[in-house]
Amino acid sequence: MNSDGRATTQQRLLSRLMQIAFIAVLLLLWSLATTVWGVSRILLPNPLNVWHQLVEVVSSGAFIPDLKVTLGELTAAFAIAMSLGVSLGYSISRSRFLIKVFEPLLAAIYAIPIILFLPLYVLLLGLGPGSKIALGATISFFPIVLSTIAGFGNVDRRLVIVARSMGANDLQMFRHVLLPAALPVILAGLRMGFTVALLSVIASETIASFAGLGHHIVDLAENMDTARMFAYIVFVIAIVAFLNAVVSRLERWVRWR
Amino acid sequence: MTPAPSAISVHGVSHQFGDSGEARHVQALLDTSLEVVRGELLCLIGPSGCGKSTLLNIMGGLIAPTTGSVTVSGKPVRGPLPRDLAFVFQESALFPWNTVFENIVLGMTFQGVAKAERRDRAGRALEAVGLLDFAEYYPAQLSGGMRQRAALARAISLETEILLMDEPFGALDEQTRMVLGEDLSVLLSRSNKTIVFVTHSLGEAVFLADRVAVFSARPGTIKQIITVDAPHPRKPSFMTAPKFHTLRDQLYGLLHDEIRKAMSETAQARRRYDQAGAAKIDSGDRT
Repeated sequence: MNSDGRATTQQRLLSRLMQIAFIAVLLLLWSLATTVWGVSRILLPNPLNVWHQLVEVVSSGAFIPDLKVTLGELTAAFAIAMSLGVSLGYSISRSRFLIKVFEPLLAAIYAIPIILFLPLYVLLLGLGPGSKIALGATISFFPIVLSTIAGFGNVDRRLVIVARSMGANDLQMFRHVLLPAALPVILAGLRMGFTVALLSVIASETIASFAGLGHHIVDLAENMDTARMFAYIVFVIAIVAFLNAVVSRLERWVRWR
Repeated sequence: MTPAPSAISVHGVSHQFGDSGEARHVQALLDTSLEVVRGELLCLIGPSGCGKSTLLNIMGGLIAPTTGSVTVSGKPVRGPLPRDLAFVFQESALFPWNTVFENIVLGMTFQGVAKAERRDRAGRALEAVGLLDFAEYYPAQLSGGMRQRAALARAISLETEILLMDEPFGALDEQTRMVLGEDLSVLLSRSNKTIVFVTHSLGEAVFLADRVAVFSARPGTIKQIITVDAPHPRKPSFMTAPKFHTLRDQLYGLLHDEIRKAMSETAQARRRYDQAGAAKIDSGDRT
C-alpha cells in the first residue's frame, strides 16, 4: 500500500474513533445526569436500567406482535406505493405532454405535509392498520413516481435511436435500453420511498392506533414506564437501521446486475 | 430478380423542421437527388447545418422526409432497415451498462441474428477492428478512439451491405482520426460494403472517399460531386501525393463560399429569432 492509502486509512480510523468517543461521552453525561445530578427517573431513566429492559424485551420476544403489525403495514404500504408509482410514472414518461402536465403537479403535492391526511384516513379506514397503510402508501408514492418519470423521461435519445436503427422491437427497447438507463434513478426513488413509508407508518402509529411499535412506545410513555420506553426506542432504531442497510444492499445488488 | 443499379437512390428530397412561419422553422434540405453506387464510399461534406446529417438519417429511415423519396436496394424506405444498413454515430452510442462484447451481441439480437451465430460474428468483428483484447471492457473504460472502433465493430457484425456513418471520427483528435481513417480504408478494401460518410474534414473526405458530394449552405442541396480516383486501401503516403492536394484545394474552393454564406445566414436567423422573442415579451405574451 502506498503512503496516500495509509493516510486515508488512518484518517478513517481516527474519525471512527472520534464517533465512538462522542457516543461514549453522551452516554456518560446521560449516566451522570441520572446518578449525580439527580434528574427525575421518570423523565430520564438510568442507561443501565434501559439496557436491562432492552435485553429483557429482546430475549422474551415481547416485541414480536408489535413488530409484526408494523412490518405488515410497512410492506403493504410500500408494495402499493411501488406498484402504483412505477406503473403510473412509466405511463406518464411516455409522452412529453403528460410529463409537462403531471410532473410539476406531483412535485407540488409532494411538497405539502401529507401527514395532514392521517385524520381523514382514520375517519375513512378506522384506527387499525388500514389508515397506516394508506398514509405510508400516499407519502412514499411521490418520490417513487417522480423518480420513475425522471428515470424513463431522460433516457439518452441517441441510445434509443441507435437501438431502433438496429431493429429493436418495443419489448427489446424496454428491456435492453429504457430499463437499464432508468433503473439507477428509479432505485434511488424506491429507497427514498421505503424510508419515508417506514417513518410515516411508525409516526402514525404513535398518533392514533391499536397496535404496532409506535403504539407500544406511546403506551409505555403514558404508563410512565420510561426505562422500557427507551429500550423500545433503541430497539426501533436498530430495526430501522437494519432495514435501511438491507435496502441499500439490495439497491447496490440490483444496480450491478 | 436483377439487383438494383444503385445501393441508395435519393429522389427530390426536401426536409424542414417545424412549420413555416414558426420562429424555429428550418428548411434543412432542398430538392436533393443522389445515387449511391454499390461498393463505393461516398462522403457528404458541407457547412454546419446544411442538412448532410439529416440526409443520412433520411436514407436510413430514421427521419421521414417532408417531400421526395428514398429507395435502398430498390425498396422504398418507410422506416428503419436493420437488415440493409447499419449506422455509426459521432458519439459511439454504445450502451454504457454493457461490455463491448455484449454491445455487439445485443445489436445482432435486435437485428434478429440466430443465437448460435452471434458469438462468432462478434469475435470476428472485434478482430477486424483490433479490439479483441478489450471485449470485456465497459465503454467508459475505453478511449474515444476505441469506443468508435467498438461502434464500428457493432455495425460490421450486422453484416449489412450498407454502412451509414455520421461524423464517426468527429469527436476524436487529429492523430486518432488519421489512424482510424487508414484502418477504415483497409477494412473497406476487404469488403464490398457501400458506405455513406458524413464529415467536416476536407482531408478525411479526400483520403477516404471514392466520391465526395459537396453541399451548399442552408437550405442544403448537393452543389457538386468530386471523384477521387485512387484504389483502396489507401496508404498514409496518399496524403502527401500531389493528387490529394489538388482535390483538397478544389474542395476547399467549393466549400469556402458556402461556409461564409452559412455563417451569415446563421447570424441572421439568430437575429430574427431574438427579435421574435423580444416582440413576444413586448406584447405581454409569455407562453
